[in-house]
Amino acid sequence: MQNALELVYWIPLLPLLGFLINGLGRRYLSKSLISIIGCSVIFASFILSCWVFMEVKGGNSHVAEYFNFISVGKLIIPFAFQVDALSSLFLLIITGVGFIIHVYSTSYMKEEKPEHFGRYFSFLNLFIFSMLLLVMGANYVIMFMGWEGVGLCSYLLIGYWFKNNDFNKAANKAFIMNRIGDLGFLIAVFWLIAKTGTVTYADVFANVSKLNSTDATVITLLLFIGAAGKSAQIPLYTWLPDAMAGPTPVSALIHAATMVTAGIYMIARSNVLYSLSPLSMNVVAVVGLATAILAATIALKQNDIKKVLAYSTVSQLGFMFLALGVGAYSAAVFHVMTHAFFKALLFLAAGSLIHAMSGEQDICNMGGLSKKIKITYITFLIGCIAIAGIPPFSGFFSKDAILLSAFENNKILYVVALFGAGLTAFYMFRLLFVAFTGNFRGTEEQRHNVHESPASMTIPLIVLAILSIIGGFVGIPEVFMQGGEKLNEFLAPVIPLKTEHLVSQATELSLMGLSTATGVAAVVFAWFFFRNYKRSEAGGLGKILENKWYVDELYGKIIVNPLNKLGDFFNSVFEGRVIDSIVNGVGKVVNYTSRQLRLLQSGQVGNYILLMVLSMVLIFVLQFFLRK
Amino acid sequence: MNITQLLFWFLSVMALFSALMVITSKNPVYSVLWLIMVFFAISGHYFLLNAQFLAIVNIIVYAGAIMVLFLYVFMLIDVRKSSEPQKYRWIRLAGAVAGGCLLLVLVAALRNIDIKNQLAEVKTGNIGLIKNLGIELFTNYVVPFEISSILFLSAMVGAVMIGKKE
Amino acid sequence: MPVNYYIFLSIALFCIGIAGVLTRRNAIIIFMCIEIMLNAVNLMLVAFSKMHHLKNAAVDATAGSDGQIFVFFIMVVAAAEVSVGLAIIVMMYRNIHSVDVNFLNRLKH
Repeated sequence: MQNALELVYWIPLLPLLGFLINGLGRRYLSKSLISIIGCSVIFASFILSCWVFMEVKGGNSHVAEYFNFISVGKLIIPFAFQVDALSSLFLLIITGVGFIIHVYSTSYMKEEKPEHFGRYFSFLNLFIFSMLLLVMGANYVIMFMGWEGVGLCSYLLIGYWFKNNDFNKAANKAFIMNRIGDLGFLIAVFWLIAKTGTVTYADVFANVSKLNSTDATVITLLLFIGAAGKSAQIPLYTWLPDAMAGPTPVSALIHAATMVTAGIYMIARSNVLYSLSPLSMNVVAVVGLATAILAATIALKQNDIKKVLAYSTVSQLGFMFLALGVGAYSAAVFHVMTHAFFKALLFLAAGSLIHAMSGEQDICNMGGLSKKIKITYITFLIGCIAIAGIPPFSGFFSKDAILLSAFENNKILYVVALFGAGLTAFYMFRLLFVAFTGNFRGTEEQRHNVHESPASMTIPLIVLAILSIIGGFVGIPEVFMQGGEKLNEFLAPVIPLKTEHLVSQATELSLMGLSTATGVAAVVFAWFFFRNYKRSEAGGLGKILENKWYVDELYGKIIVNPLNKLGDFFNSVFEGRVIDSIVNGVGKVVNYTSRQLRLLQSGQVGNYILLMVLSMVLIFVLQFFLRK
Repeated sequence: MNITQLLFWFLSVMALFSALMVITSKNPVYSVLWLIMVFFAISGHYFLLNAQFLAIVNIIVYAGAIMVLFLYVFMLIDVRKSSEPQKYRWIRLAGAVAGGCLLLVLVAALRNIDIKNQLAEVKTGNIGLIKNLGIELFTNYVVPFEISSILFLSAMVGAVMIGKKE
Repeated sequence: MPVNYYIFLSIALFCIGIAGVLTRRNAIIIFMCIEIMLNAVNLMLVAFSKMHHLKNAAVDATAGSDGQIFVFFIMVVAAAEVSVGLAIIVMMYRNIHSVDVNFLNRLKH
């Protein structure tokens, strides 16, 4: 039997094929055919990924070089895939969650016209392809290609309903914010090339000694800017809530489970570089934690269910960056995995909820739905428990791993992070209670139409719910089970294992108890406040939170407005006076000279010979007299 | 100044003068006659360089055959009618100036070449004799020689084809 | 004779030929000027051949004879060329009743 690792190129190739077939044939294929193609390619990729994962678990890793992508002087950038513990884990998450969301989409999007339906699935496949490219690339350039690809797909899918101009603006915002980060990433790659002469991970990490500490700090900070753009961290996080303009499965796949974790992947991949620069680590940790808290506070007062989830995503990503910053790379990856499960679950359940409410997204207009849409309610509840970090659901283990690492690193970080975890539990259960308990606050028509979603939507919910419950056990701490923390062992080839434990088992257990207690307390508070929710005007701090700390307005004032003014200036003065006159001038000059040159083409042999002789004279003069 | 140099200068002046007359004569028939003078002068040079074979061939082929061909063409067409109109004077001036420029540039360029002081063998040397060139031509250069006969054949056919009425 | 005398003589003849091509518009005269240029080149070749012979006769008795063979072949080609060229001129005269090259401005179109 052929080794699975030789076949890795099929994993991204299949979604690409799906993209091409669906994209080109979207006017000719029927909806059912499109969904079959779209889902089956991802499923095939998933099977292959499982196979690859088994191989990697057996201790194999593989770098497959296909051809030289760029070859300039000494710099050779091969087009190569690297399959090791980290990337195979991401492969599983991407194709697995991706497949579930594809299946979910087939019924969520079924009211679209066939050609838009085809467009949707081709974008989704293209996204999976780019994401796979991102995690499978064996060097930073391939990663960057995937990086840009997912950015593009994110843009395309946020603006999927392109007839709504607000959605287009949200898409633009996401794209432009990402570009800012991408620039940082790009400069970091150039810097790496300049200093080490290579971008292949293995070579870079073998040559880290060529980097002095300044280089390492600058490179890692630049990489972090890229990661902050992609993974929505301060100051580039504002695009993610707006990105909720896209269809809900897109939010689940791109803006919760996979794409936004690309930044985590990148930093986890570059952990060797980050280990060289304590300053960068601190920056990452502090920014991550600040983002986590800021987003959590905003999420407290949002009423749009998808916005709440979006801010929750930003906040959870902040936690992951905190983990990266304190050196707990495997904890971050662990949280990426569990987060992929429960956040995808929450988004899909929210989608199901929105579906049931005929497109209503404001939780103030919901309420009392727990009886009517039971499966959605229960799965949503499971998601909430998981994210709130209540044992033994998956979120508990991963969040606790992060908190523990923070505690080992710095007590203040731990306290703030614990506060953030409490906030998480609070706003998630607020969402749950407001939406599902109390009295129904929507219109009569909506009340009449409330219905459970079809099986193709509920089955993915159930699968994800099961994963959210049990997904944490792969990283169960050794306190509970001998030979636990399988995940860390698995990731050891990429992420060096931490050998010594800084805290005793008793401390660890009490920390867990503390975080569980915080979570439960937050849930109880939420129950107390929001069991019977009534809409009320917020004031003071609440109003600030409702307006998201006015960050968008602030950015508008200090960045967008001056740029607009500058743009106006350039438009009216520079464009009109300088550029136009240059462009027109060039045209006029060319026109005039060609009119004159036309006279040379007299068609008379004599003139041609005359010109020939004069040119010969000129060549002789140049050759003999002006050569020196 | 010995007789060789005298002959050289005489033949050179004759060649240049005749060539100038070729391009300045109004009547094309005179041009042809002056051209024959040029050929004779150049043949004289060949004699001086003891290239007897080329000298003879030059007279036979150029002054004999080719010039007769030219004269035949004048016979066939009405030369008077095609006398040139006097407009485009500036283009003639430009032509003369361009030729002069080329002369100037070439002379200036070749004024100081490194073979400047080497001598060309005059009056003596036997490579130009018919016997030696004949041996050379029929041993080393026999293939090109035969190919040139094919060239003549095709030229002949071509000339007939072009000259034929329809 | 110093070889550069021959060089300058040849250049002069060649440039006279070029000036003739440029100033005259009668196709036959232009043809004759081309013949002058060919002869200028021939003369130069012969002069060089003799120069070469003088220098290398001790080594090789036939040194420099290639130059004269070239001249011979140039004459051959020139004769063929003249026969075809004059046929073309006659043809041209028959068609446009002139041998003025300025009437031949089809290249413009």
